[in-house]
Amino acid sequence: MWTWFYRLASPPYVYGVAARLAPWFLGFAAVTIGYGLVAGLVFAPPDYQQGDAFRIIYVHAPSAWMSLFSYTTMAIAGAIALIWRIKMGHAVAAASAPIGASFTLLALVTGSLWGRPMWGTYWAWDPRLTSELILLFLYAGMMSLRSAFEDPARGDRAAALLGIVGLVNVPIIHYSVVWWNSLHQGATVAKLGKPAMPGSMLWPLLSMLLGFMLFYGAVLCMRLQGEVLNRERQAKWIREAIG
Amino acid sequence: MSVGLWEAFGLIVRRELCLSFRRPDQLAQPLVFFLIVTTLFPLGLSLQLSLLRDMAPGVLWVAALLSSLLSLDALFKSDADDGTLEQLALCGQGLNVIVVAKTFAHWLVTGAALVLVSPVVGTALGIPGGAFATMMLSLGLGTLTLSWLGAIGAGLTVGLKRGNVLLSLIVLPLAMPLLIFGAGATDRAITGTSAAGALYFLAALCVFTCTLAPFAATAALRITLE
Repeated sequence: MWTWFYRLASPPYVYGVAARLAPWFLGFAAVTIGYGLVAGLVFAPPDYQQGDAFRIIYVHAPSAWMSLFSYTTMAIAGAIALIWRIKMGHAVAAASAPIGASFTLLALVTGSLWGRPMWGTYWAWDPRLTSELILLFLYAGMMSLRSAFEDPARGDRAAALLGIVGLVNVPIIHYSVVWWNSLHQGATVAKLGKPAMPGSMLWPLLSMLLGFMLFYGAVLCMRLQGEVLNRERQAKWIREAIG
Repeated sequence: MSVGLWEAFGLIVRRELCLSFRRPDQLAQPLVFFLIVTTLFPLGLSLQLSLLRDMAPGVLWVAALLSSLLSLDALFKSDADDGTLEQLALCGQGLNVIVVAKTFAHWLVTGAALVLVSPVVGTALGIPGGAFATMMLSLGLGTLTLSWLGAIGAGLTVGLKRGNVLLSLIVLPLAMPLLIFGAGATDRAITGTSAAGALYFLAALCVFTCTLAPFAATAALRITLE
């Protein structure tokens, strides 16, 4: 029953699975993102309050969601690697970190671009934007910790531990930032909130969400191949795999 | 001869305190840093006490976080460099006790000392005397929590040559809730509203890290000591 789990510890197997999965993920991502973009940017009606500016949600919301999703993936992969001593978990975590940081940056940039016409400023200390910024700092700390060690195995384990600590802290940070705003009662800003979206707006968003996840899967598989090749560069099977 | 759990804890705390008090200049450095940073803000912002009072909680807390972080780098460093830490790890008591004792002793000489100095800084920043109790309580809880978070960071970076900046990079994002609730509590005490909510949160965070962080810090040290 557990054989599939143990096989994940074998670098050639992981390399093969990643190589086989990547094109599938990429293909489905292209379809879902393509539909989401066309339906969201062209066919969805403009918002009655925000006009066409709301359309950035089709990039912003999925990247904000993915920034948390890849952090969780990274932390869990690191935890698996620490607990069961499966080195490939570290490879997954290392491959996931830069993708997650990029999603976080994308969410921040699209958020502030949306803020310019809506709030009249590129940056407001809105709780969501602020906690996203802190998430970016967490990613930065994680990636620099991993690369700071001369012994890569040690860097892997250190980064995995920091990932677990961060995972425990992310909800605390998020809610404290939210409550901080309610404590201060600063500038009240219009938020997207949770309006009941009509289907013509909602379906493209869900499609984009799925598409971003598939895209993440594709990039993760590709980066994972690179990580495995780099980590196993001394191994014999690589010559056979690459040919 | 075997040493009991509490005995080991007491011995290590006493050793750490003894080592610290033999170097009073190093003991004073974080406090002087704390004073200097808080002096920078009035010079850079404004001399009006009324304006400073609005800024005071934030200034006080940022300075406290930075000066505690500055000294955290040394938490395990010298002991790891000369091999003492490995000897302590082999002494028969779990590494847990050693980490807890060292971190607690470190908080006594930095965090608790900072709490004692804070009324001076608070007066200079225009914080009314009635808010001192809340300010000191929040600083005490906050610096203790920060010491625990910092112990994890220090354990992770102890083997690195230039770990100091990295330590801040790792620990500061995790410490942001402390700043939010600590400065919030102080702010509320100054304006005369109830600071209980923020203080409860700080206390909850403190208990949370006190129970879980020792395990994480021990695991971090194990990774670096292996």
